[in-house]
Amino acid sequence: MQAAPALHLEGVGLDFGSAPLFHDLDLKIGGGIMTVLLGASGVGKTSLLRMLGGLAAPDRGCIVAGDGLPLAGRIAWMGQQDLLLPWASIADNVMLGARLRGESPDRARMGHLLDCVGLAAHAAALPATLSGGMRQRAALARVLYEDRPVILMDEPFSALDSVTRARMQDLAGRMLAGRTVVLITHDPLEACRLADSMLLMAGHPATISAIAVPDGQVPRAVDDPSVLATQSALLRRMLQ
Amino acid sequence: MTRVTAARAGMFLRPLATLAGLVVLWWGLGRWGGIPPYMLPPPDAVARALWTGRAQLLPAALTTGEETLLGLALGIGAGSALAVAMALWAPLRRWVMPMVLFSQAVPVFALAPLLVLWFGFGMASKVVMAVLVIFFPVTSALGDGLRQTEAGWMDLARTMGATRLRVLLHVRLPAAMPSFASGVRMATAIAPIGAVVGEWVGASSGLGFLMQTANTRFQTDLMFAALAVLAAMTVLLWWGVDRLLARALYWQPRHEDID
Repeated sequence: MQAAPALHLEGVGLDFGSAPLFHDLDLKIGGGIMTVLLGASGVGKTSLLRMLGGLAAPDRGCIVAGDGLPLAGRIAWMGQQDLLLPWASIADNVMLGARLRGESPDRARMGHLLDCVGLAAHAAALPATLSGGMRQRAALARVLYEDRPVILMDEPFSALDSVTRARMQDLAGRMLAGRTVVLITHDPLEACRLADSMLLMAGHPATISAIAVPDGQVPRAVDDPSVLATQSALLRRMLQ
Repeated sequence: MTRVTAARAGMFLRPLATLAGLVVLWWGLGRWGGIPPYMLPPPDAVARALWTGRAQLLPAALTTGEETLLGLALGIGAGSALAVAMALWAPLRRWVMPMVLFSQAVPVFALAPLLVLWFGFGMASKVVMAVLVIFFPVTSALGDGLRQTEAGWMDLARTMGATRLRVLLHVRLPAAMPSFASGVRMATAIAPIGAVVGEWVGASSGLGFLMQTANTRFQTDLMFAALAVLAAMTVLLWWGVDRLLARALYWQPRHEDID
């Protein structure tokens, strides 16, 4: 994998209709760490992530990589839904990127990644035959297959039950270590378990403030006292 | 009998029971309704005409079947090609779609004599008629399917660095298949109408030609027999196409057993 760059937003502005969603926003997202983005619905988290992913262009300002190289081709995306193609097997879904770029798929690598996420026995299965948690694991394997230094995740575990979600957080925390990850979540516990850096978005136009993260290495244990204390403080702050 | 076998048996038995009920009603109308046989021949007379007229019915059915299949293949091919071209190049849609709609506003019966004049009494005019009839449902269904690709898949493909052509091949076309299948099913049901209308206006063979000849000779039983053959052919064709599509769309759940 290439070195994971930092991401810099410089004077970024984005309008939603006539109202500015962001105005002159400056932000530095650390390279090689997991940055968790929190905030109420409609505050602009997904819009920010889409701009980072090159899926939407800012109306003003620019987004650049800290190493000065272009961001295009260095980003992998994981959305709220698993976005698995229902007609393709799990194996073909994992290797979708290669097929879409006209590269020859690396079956050995795909097999290894499915093994890592515990889906080795389901390579030939269709997505519809798997549970929600298994499908999100397949989506994670697809992200890992891309082997990009920057990973953008838009509430990837929000549709899962709490036990499956906790397991996915463990898996993602381990597998994505060393990459520049920006993760949107509504779940304070998820944020406290996974964040190396935590940002809270609020207001219109949105402003971003940093929040102290719990001690310890990512992924932190669900019953870690530091995680639970930070989670309570965070929830209190989000309720204000 | 398992639940699935029972459901499958019901799938065939229910329409057969409806058909039997309609035949009894038909027979009753002739027997007690006072409708003369030259207007409504009884079912047994039609059955006899099916057997005695088999030497005329079989070649006629083959001709109509051939025209229908050829029209279906060409219509689906041309309709799909236009839908794909419009998906790849949006301005084409604005230029061509009004003309496609316009072609649908003209009744096929009005076009039939012209097509016979242009393409002759042979098979070509009937095939063109069938193509005209099925072109629109196929183009429209596939076009709709291609325009409604899940936005998340398109975003994913963009971040993966996909080319437009590869997105079309690997994401948009497969995603549009259920919609395309609806268009093909509709086309299959109406393609024989195109062929028969063409035969009715000017032909030397086919079920439409046979029906028209029988009609002018007051051979109503033979006309009904030809109609029965046409209906059976259409149902069989539709069933075959439906099974093929169900197999091709293996990832789609089938809800036929849910009431």
